[in-house]
Amino acid sequence: MTKQPLLQIKNLTTSFRIHDEYYAAVDNVSLNVNENEVLAIVGESGCGKSALALSIMRLHNELNTKLEGEVNFKGQNLLTLSTAEMNRYRGNEMGMIFQDPLTALNPLMRIGQQIEEAMKNHLNLSDAEMKARSLELLKKVGIPNPERTYLQFPHELSGGMRQRVVIAIAIACEPKFLIADEPTTALDVTIQAQILDLMRELQKQMKTGIILITHDLGVVAEMADRVAVMYAGEIVEIADVYTLFSNPLHPYTRSLFNSIPSAAEGSDRLHVIQGIVPSLKNLPRTGCRFASRIPWIKESAHEINPTLHEVEKNHWVRCTCYQDFHFPDDTEAVKYDIS
Amino acid sequence: MTFLKVENLKVYYPVRGGFFRRVIDHVKAVDDITFELKEGETYGLVGESGCGKTTTGRTIIGLNRPTAGKIFFNDIELTKLKRRDFYQYRKDIQMIFQDPYSSLNPRKRVLDIIAEPIRNFEKLSPNEEKTKVMDVLEKVGLSPESIYKYPHEFSGGQRQRIGIARALTLNPKLIIADEPVSALDVSVQAQVLNFMKDIQKEFNLTYLFISHDLGIIRHMCDRIGIMYRGRLVEEGTKDEIFEYPQHIYTKRLLSSIPQMNPEERIQHTAFRRKVNEEFKNNYDKYFDAEGKIFDLKPISETHSVALP
Repeated sequence: MTKQPLLQIKNLTTSFRIHDEYYAAVDNVSLNVNENEVLAIVGESGCGKSALALSIMRLHNELNTKLEGEVNFKGQNLLTLSTAEMNRYRGNEMGMIFQDPLTALNPLMRIGQQIEEAMKNHLNLSDAEMKARSLELLKKVGIPNPERTYLQFPHELSGGMRQRVVIAIAIACEPKFLIADEPTTALDVTIQAQILDLMRELQKQMKTGIILITHDLGVVAEMADRVAVMYAGEIVEIADVYTLFSNPLHPYTRSLFNSIPSAAEGSDRLHVIQGIVPSLKNLPRTGCRFASRIPWIKESAHEINPTLHEVEKNHWVRCTCYQDFHFPDDTEAVKYDIS
Repeated sequence: MTFLKVENLKVYYPVRGGFFRRVIDHVKAVDDITFELKEGETYGLVGESGCGKTTTGRTIIGLNRPTAGKIFFNDIELTKLKRRDFYQYRKDIQMIFQDPYSSLNPRKRVLDIIAEPIRNFEKLSPNEEKTKVMDVLEKVGLSPESIYKYPHEFSGGQRQRIGIARALTLNPKLIIADEPVSALDVSVQAQVLNFMKDIQKEFNLTYLFISHDLGIIRHMCDRIGIMYRGRLVEEGTKDEIFEYPQHIYTKRLLSSIPQMNPEERIQHTAFRRKVNEEFKNNYDKYFDAEGKIFDLKPISETHSVALP
């Protein structure tokens, strides 16, 4: 394939300033998102998935954040743009769906106004046209009574309806590229299913490239085409969804899978990943970052400078430790972390 | 003897309005539910947010007053007791709260948080109290030295274990766990769930496990009650609910769980659409003329469904 990807992230490093020193929360990440593709990014909280998403949209506070590398959107490096130029992309060709629909909406603005806000900035439409389009959008995201909702305030809507409004805002200008940051985490299962079905339908219609950020592997299995697993700011495994679910290789990916109480089968004990995600300041910067959480794997199994290896076509795994990885036989031996 | 029995429990919240803010209507948060818990088992209460599962839990522990109905604990009717008599049963029923970030007082040390229930019920010297707290802390896998720390010094999973330690200090018989892991990451979640299973064996605890996550419910519970709009729509053992769901709402809930197998997602979506259509089309088969859910009817010894 010689076709240029829609979004190309090259060696992106996002560092935050803590007490006058910069610490990388996203460390040298390279990713591609193609048109009409859903790329899921999975990981525990604190592993840098949201930091990555916000870096792409450049929504971090620029005073204490350092962005290095390239984020190419349709060949244009977003990191070199001025704020005004960046604003031409935000909400226009690039949309974002936020996690918590209550805080993402302005409580003092009517739903209609909020949807029109993006159109006002990017599209040259008359008021009547904008209203017609807003109503159409509300209908598209499955809101039963668009005329009424158009005039309502966010607090009058239920969680699922609010998330639909957030989606309507994100797709108002028919973006080519969407970031969905935990779009269903705040919702009930039944509503989650509806929202996921809706997102997939819209994605098919508009051929959008989507980065879906989530910690729920079930959501990934339902939505994604490709999956990137992140740990401590790095991508540790990336593959298409079928490969990743049938043949997860990296110890972190495998541990994650084993710790879910899957609805399909009931085993008695769940696997517990020892320790916690290291905080930004205490992140090990050399060697395999996951090594401290799998201490029963001998040190020589890890690489000194772990890189991504292509184990099969388009299936990349970081570090060589996956070859020697096994779960501890005696789960009792690695009980709870005594801190 | 029944361990815990909830009989025709109703909890209505008044809606006030109009002249003199009179009561003009009621929100029927819990509307006539009946269920029983046997000692040592885990009973799961499942449903969407707003279906009344939390209200049920809070009413059993005495944080809400029931509008009508009875709650029996070891054959004693809790709902009839005076405040002072009820007090001693508080010891036997404890609660684990949902959010470990807001259920621990940030201005108290771990020692004071965990010792609070002890101070209410037992007269211990400061030293005895400290030993006891250190004991429980060790049981939940936290180092005994952390008694002088404050909640913000702990991670989410550790905080939830402090919450569990607090619930364990008085050797309760029944623990009401209201979404104990929904605020936690998967790996931490696994840790807390394993731990809850361990202490259940150790202390012969009975859990009322309230959750909306069916994966966790399946992992933890022996029997399950499905709630919808303040009423139970189906009740049965874990296998009955997951393998042979009878009520359309149960089916809908089960079909909403994301499948872990990406190869089957197209079939699964189709299946979900079919169930949703059935839910819409056969609405009056499962709900009466006012949209109310029917009473539970047993279809086998352990399995009951709300059908006309």
